[in-house]
Amino acid sequence: MTARVLRSVTSEARHLARFSRSRPGFLVGLGMVALTIFLAAFGPHLSPYGPEETLPGAANLPPSVEHWMGTDISGMDVFSRVIAAPRIDLTIALVSTAAAFVGGVVLGVISGFFAGGRGIWGRLSATIVRGADIFQAFPVFIFALALVGFRGPSIQNVIVALAFLNVPFFLRLTRGAVLHVRERPFVDAARCVGGSGLRIAFVHVMPNALTPALANLSPTIGFSILLASALSFVGAGVPIPTPEWGSMIAIGAPNMMTGQWWTALFPGLALGLTILGYALVGDGLRYYLDPVNRR
Amino acid sequence: MSTRSVNGSVDALLEIRDLRVEYTRDTGAIRVLDGVSLAIHPGESLGVVGESGAGKTVLVRTILGLLDPPWRVVSGSVGYQGENLLAQPESALRRVRGKEIALTTHEPRKHLNPVATIGDQMARVVQAHRSASRTEARARAIELLRVVGIPDPELRLRAYPHELSGGMCQRVVIAMALAHSPKLLMGDEPTAGLDVTISLQILDLMRDLVRDFHSSLLLVSRDLGVVAHYCQRVAVMYAGQIVEVAEVPAFFAGAIHPYSRRLLRAAVAATSDRRGTLSSVGIRGEGRGASCPYARRCPVWIERCTREEPPLELVASARWVRCFRHAEITAGLEAP
Repeated sequence: MTARVLRSVTSEARHLARFSRSRPGFLVGLGMVALTIFLAAFGPHLSPYGPEETLPGAANLPPSVEHWMGTDISGMDVFSRVIAAPRIDLTIALVSTAAAFVGGVVLGVISGFFAGGRGIWGRLSATIVRGADIFQAFPVFIFALALVGFRGPSIQNVIVALAFLNVPFFLRLTRGAVLHVRERPFVDAARCVGGSGLRIAFVHVMPNALTPALANLSPTIGFSILLASALSFVGAGVPIPTPEWGSMIAIGAPNMMTGQWWTALFPGLALGLTILGYALVGDGLRYYLDPVNRR
Repeated sequence: MSTRSVNGSVDALLEIRDLRVEYTRDTGAIRVLDGVSLAIHPGESLGVVGESGAGKTVLVRTILGLLDPPWRVVSGSVGYQGENLLAQPESALRRVRGKEIALTTHEPRKHLNPVATIGDQMARVVQAHRSASRTEARARAIELLRVVGIPDPELRLRAYPHELSGGMCQRVVIAMALAHSPKLLMGDEPTAGLDVTISLQILDLMRDLVRDFHSSLLLVSRDLGVVAHYCQRVAVMYAGQIVEVAEVPAFFAGAIHPYSRRLLRAAVAATSDRRGTLSSVGIRGEGRGASCPYARRCPVWIERCTREEPPLELVASARWVRCFRHAEITAGLEAP
């Protein structure tokens, strides 16, 4: 048993290695994702200065040997803050995406499996889809802004807002897959041996309909990081002294006009590269998981 | 069991009466089953034959109550143990499906969940109708796999459907169907897509198991040879109707309904030349009104066939035919 698992794991790893060679972008993305995870775990311990420590008399210093990315207007070391930020940003993105994934998949399975049906489940299915429609009718950012504004700016509220926002995407992806899977004969066979609707939906249909939602995980994490930063940028996200890319850009933006470009540029670069990394990984995974390209 | 009737025998295991099923669409409904009456007796093997679109599969699915819209049961009943299955709520049907009446189909691999192991799927089938622990369910699964002749059942439990051959998958499906010793096993072309030797092994297996489990078998097939070999009675379907029911020896000694006769001749002709084949004029009963659905293709049709629909008549002991000219045919009328 263990030998079997081990063999399949090594063959999968070999396959992944071969795949990566043909798509270098995937490897680059993997590297960036790994780096953000590493920084989320150890970033605050590696930073040369405290991420929230103001250095007296060291405001707005340009990049130098002591301050690789300079210091900002209140004398905080930009480099220390840039590498400490993934802990906040990644936590927000991961937790909200995980919540959205679970909620979206569950609702997607229910709405897809019972779509077009009659009775209470059929109506529930229609209600879920209409609900998602209404939800998505609002511009994403305005909606997040309203949610956070309503509940006050804090990390928890940003997580809640982003989770709500991403549910419809996972819901639609899963629903689409379920609509396809539920027509396959083994679903019928499960009915033939006396399975009940809900049981068939979650035991037989769901595991066969997860791929699109799984492939969407990585881009959603990247997107969530961007959105969390954007919320912080406008002051509706993470409160200010906490190291976070969006709020750092917000702090640095006014100084760009007066020539201190470094305070906003470096957190902006970090943010852009991170999102690029997650997008590349998501893109690669979609190709990797697609059986047509798997040869 | 020779003198039992198609309708209304007291000791039938399953009794279908005047079943009418439609496929509804915007432009009107298509009658797919048109007054089907059929009884299956305890311990018997009944073969149902007919061409594509005759309604064989729909009949099987109706018995299990598996039709969803746009399918619609217009009228009729499926009597099982004194209850009309068509009038039962879904929860009651769930207790019948797989436990009392089980189904095996063609394309067995597609009927297995591709992301679950054989063992998990079989354990779920076992647990669907009886409370059993995981270990008990697995033990039962091994036992069942052994019954259907799968070597090394302990190893196969960990296999996924794609790791088994088509014949193996069909054995697994049969094992699942037999998990609760059903009173009626239905096979909807269980050997389509399998090669000849495997087909015969599977059919032998089904016949033996049905005998050992004291079940009845409803075997849907296009292969008259299979029906001749494995069934005691045969029902011929055409355009959603049963056109002839007979005991197998009598049927193969001489079919009465013109369609059955051509079917038999076609089976023989297929090995020599194409004499006796049918033109494939549409067989749907759309807009047919009151007439024999076979009239347009029938070699011995008379004017009456286009005005009236022949009833299913008892013409000899245990022999039912839906044709106005059955007496003449029995007396020796040959098709031109």
